[in-house]
Parts: sequence; structure tokens; C-alpha cells
Amino acid sequence: MRTSDAVGRYGEQVAVAHLEAAGMRVVARNWRCVDPVRGELDVVARDGDVLVAVEVKTRRCGPDGAPGAGHPFEAVTPVKAARVRRLLVAFAERSGERAPSLRVDAVAVLRPTRGPALVEHLRGVA
Amino acid sequence: MGLGATRGVALVGLAGAVVDVEAFVTPGLPAFVVTGLPDTSLGQSRDRVRAALSGIGCSLPSRRVTVNLSPASLPKQGAGFDLAVAVAVLAAEGVLAREVVRGWTHLGELGLDGRLRPVRGVLPAVVASVAAGLPRVVVPVENAAEAELVPGAQVRGASSLAAVVRGHGGDVDAGCEPDDDDLPGRRRAVEPRPVPDLADVVGQVEARRAVEVAAAGGHHLLMLGPPGAGKTMLAARLPGLLPDLEDAEAVEVTAVHSVAGTFDAAGGLLRRPPFEDPHHTATTPSVVGGGSGVVRPGAASRAHRGVLFLDEAPEFRKDVLEALRQPLEQGSLVIARAGGAARYPARFQLVMAANPCPCGRATGKGDGCSCAPVERRRYLARLSGPLLDRVDLQVEVTAPSRAALAAAEPGEATAPVAGRVRAARAAQAQRLQGSGARCNGEAPGSLLRGRLRLPPPVVADLDAALDRGRLTVRGYDRVLRTAWTLADLDGAGTPDRDHVGAALLLRLRGRAA
Repeated sequence: MRTSDAVGRYGEQVAVAHLEAAGMRVVARNWRCVDPVRGELDVVARDGDVLVAVEVKTRRCGPDGAPGAGHPFEAVTPVKAARVRRLLVAFAERSGERAPSLRVDAVAVLRPTRGPALVEHLRGVA
Repeated sequence: MGLGATRGVALVGLAGAVVDVEAFVTPGLPAFVVTGLPDTSLGQSRDRVRAALSGIGCSLPSRRVTVNLSPASLPKQGAGFDLAVAVAVLAAEGVLAREVVRGWTHLGELGLDGRLRPVRGVLPAVVASVAAGLPRVVVPVENAAEAELVPGAQVRGASSLAAVVRGHGGDVDAGCEPDDDDLPGRRRAVEPRPVPDLADVVGQVEARRAVEVAAAGGHHLLMLGPPGAGKTMLAARLPGLLPDLEDAEAVEVTAVHSVAGTFDAAGGLLRRPPFEDPHHTATTPSVVGGGSGVVRPGAASRAHRGVLFLDEAPEFRKDVLEALRQPLEQGSLVIARAGGAARYPARFQLVMAANPCPCGRATGKGDGCSCAPVERRRYLARLSGPLLDRVDLQVEVTAPSRAALAAAEPGEATAPVAGRVRAARAAQAQRLQGSGARCNGEAPGSLLRGRLRLPPPVVADLDAALDRGRLTVRGYDRVLRTAWTLADLDGAGTPDRDHVGAALLLRLRGRAA
């Protein structure tokens, strides 16, 4: 479990770097909530006016170059995406951030056995 | 963003409609959506396609895959679209060239290991594809012989998805070719039932004559007689007397059996008239066709251009017998379901055998019969008037006597009788040319009463029977048809008064006016 936590933290760092390079400003990281929805937002960022919750999924690649546990995006089910959106609504209320519109993104971080990590960014998944 | 398209075929009854199978790969969370009115087994094709694709080393993209089956309003059934879906996805991904794949029709079900499994109804599907200007088809290797029966089709048989991809010039892992060919269902040979010879029937001169007339004119036949008289034997020998099917008929018959899954392509097109003998416990859907979703042809359609034999006819359920009235009249069956109406051809020759009463001994004087009169009356009344009215030949079959058995002189064999039947059919074909009918049994009444009208002295007995109410107007036409057949068997140009009289006797079970 500890290894996968480390992989997850690594992935979130890579994702944040990617989002900032793409011109987004990170507002919060690992924001947790119990009520009304239990869960965690990996990254909350601002893309211009839009408040964006980013779900980060990280996978290590096996020796064959393919992620053994499946592609990161396969773990973002419609149910999960919907939960992230509800969490984002809760975040917007609690934090007092101005949020004229909300969006949920997904970022996949693939770490090959050697070489730089591969990042894919999907906008507006929920 | 990738778009790939190929073709599949949806079957409604025997009518095939070419379906565009489009795959659209877009960025988005991984999903595989099939749209365009798929049924359950077609909707599940996404799981089979996913497994088969990863089996050949082209796993599904981790993006959103939308597969659309167009026209979207036409309900589609079955696993036969698996291959088309997989190929469309591969084209959308750029593994296969889009222009190449577009011009092909793909039929076949996929196994999880990428093996291609045979499907039903390949023949009508390929016919539809060729008719739509798409002669190039890929089918499972087991169905290739069947597909090649269609004139003009360019058939490519394949045993696996990998073979299909290579055939289209794609590059895939070679290592996952399925090699074990001994799985159940791989080879499924349907043994053709041998048709017994007429020489086996002892005695029964009148009944043999009735069977010959039925074969010559395509007439429906009812045989009444005690158990063990040989009714079933006679009926089973009728198909052997019928001439081979013509090309168009053979394609039609084979198509029905292909959809029914009772056809083995190894023997080529079905050239012999089929023989179907459903048991008397048969349900209406099993006889006329039915089933949820995919409407399968029933025994009546499988007997198209052949013989439908109902042994112990009064024991059949009332609704089964009544359901046969439509095909007897129209030569086809329309089975309506929520998803649409399927039309199957069903121009069969009806042969019924029945005991005269529940105990079966009420023949001749009826001395041995132990049934109450009311039972006896009710028994045959189960064959309703409207149904019997459509049966041209109604004969009583008596058990052969001990003397006839002892004489044991073999009856006339099938071959010479079949020769007479062929000659009679040739005469009919010439006479009925242009009327749409092929034999006397199908000749339209307007023709019988018009161009082929017989002079009044010849039909005097018939007119008398009609006046006395022994015949309906439909029965009148039916007797005329039988009379023409009798004349054809005799080599006479037109029926004379004797032919009409004999036809009337055959119709009225020997109790002529």
C-alpha cells in the first residue's frame, strides 16, 4: 500500500507541473471532505474563470511498456467522475472561491520503467 | 479522432438489410458504447470485441469508442455483428485502411480468444449484401461454402480475427491463432435423412394412387385409416416422388434452413424437397415460427417447397391447425413481433394422417370400434371445416389384408412413379406458364374458370355436387385442380368426365354423390 501511495504522490506532482505548464493555477491539493460527500479532491485549480477539480490517476508500466493494472483512465468510472463533481460543488461553497462555472478534468500519469513520465489530460469529463 | 466504417447485415425473416457499422474513437474517459437498437446479445458484443482485440495485440484504445449501427431505427439481433464491430474499431484506430474495409461486408461471431465462430443465416445475408452492390464478404470459414452458393459473391473465409486483419493488409501478432479445431460446434454435419422407397409399401393401391396424384399436382392430402395401415409409411415416401427444386426455389429453401440453423453447406444448395413432421404436441411457434427477438422459422417454413406431414392430425392443438390456414392460402407466414414483422415463405404441401376415431377402428363397417358415437363425431371435427376445405385429396386407407401380405408382391418402386410425376409436372408447367403457379395445386381459380374452363357436360357431376351442398365453391375449384392432375398423369390434354368424377371421389373420401 505504501508503494502505491508513493506512486500516487509522485503522479500528483507530475500532474501539477503539467497543469501549471498549461496555464492553470493550483488552488488546493488533497482537499478532503466527509459531509455531504465523503472523498478527496486530488487537485483543485483555476483555468481562467473556471474552477476545475482534477482527478489524477497514476500507473507504473510493466516491462512490456503497458500498464499492468490497465490504463489510468479506465479507473475513472462515471460514478467516480460524478462524485468528484459533487465534491467540487462542496469545495466551492466551503472555500469561498469565486466559481462562475465548474469543470472536472482527469489527468493520467504513466511512469515507464525508464524515461520521463507520460501525461494525458482530459478536460470536462463530468 | 478516428472514424472507421464497414458493413454488416441485419436479417428480418429472410429479408436482409445492409447495415453500416461505424466506429468513432474520440478523446474521453474510456467507454464502449453501441448504439442503433442492438438486442442483448449484440450489446454484449463490446465485451467479446474487447477481448478479441486484446487477443491480437490491438487492445481497445483508452478513449471513448462509439459504435453506431445505421440505419439506427432497424432492430438488430445476434452476435453476427461482432466481426464488423471489431473491424470498424480497427479501421477507426488506423490499424486497417479505412477505404479497404469500407467496401467489405463482415459476418461472424467472435470468441474471446479472437476465433471466428459460424453464424446462422449467412446465405440470405450474403444475398442481401450482393444485391446491395457489396459482393465482397468476409465470413467464418465454416460458413464460406454456404456464402459461395450465392452467385456473384466474392467470399473470403477466415478462422480468426487475426486472419481477417491480415487479409485486409493489417499487421498483427501472429502468435494467437486459435489452433484447436476440435471444439464442439466446429464441425456440425447434418445427416440427410434417407428417403425410403415406395416399394416397401404392401398393397394400398388406392392410397398409393392418391400419393402419386398429390405429388404430381402439389395437392394437399388427408389419409384416414386405422393404426398400422401404412399412412405414415406412405407420407414419408412422398418427398421421394417430388421433382428436384429449381434454382430459385433451392436458394429460397436453403435460405430458410440457413436461418433455422438446420443446413450443412457441405452438400451445396438444398435440391431435394424438404420433409418436416412435427410431433402432435408441437406448439404454434414451433410450427409457424416465432421466438423472442430473433424470429426463427418454424416447421411450416422449413417445409417450404416440400412436405409438411402432420401425423395424428386431430391430436394437434386447435390453434396450431388453425395457424396453418394463412400459409395454405398465401404461401407465406408473417410473424409480427414488437420489433417488426418477419415474413418467411411457407408454400408447403400439407399431408395429414388421422385415425377415424379415438380407438382407430371405425373403418369399414366399424365393428371393432369401441368409441361412443359422440366421441367419434368430435374426433374428426377437430380438423375444422375451413382447414379440410383446403385439402384436395381425402382418402381412406384400409389395413392390408392377410392375403395381400402373403402375396408379398413388392409394390411399384419410387423411380417409375417419380418419372410419371415428372412428366405430369412438365405438362403443368407448360400450361400454367405466366400464371405464377407451378403446379395444378397452386393454379388460380380465375384461370380454372377462365382460360381452362371445361365444357358443361364434363363438369356435370361437379355442378350437381355443388347444388346439393356437398362442395363449397372453393372445393369446386379444388376438384377441378385434381381433375387436371389426373388428366396430366394419363397424358390426356384436358380432363374428361371420368377424371372429374375420380377427382370428386378423391375429394369426398369415396362417398360421392
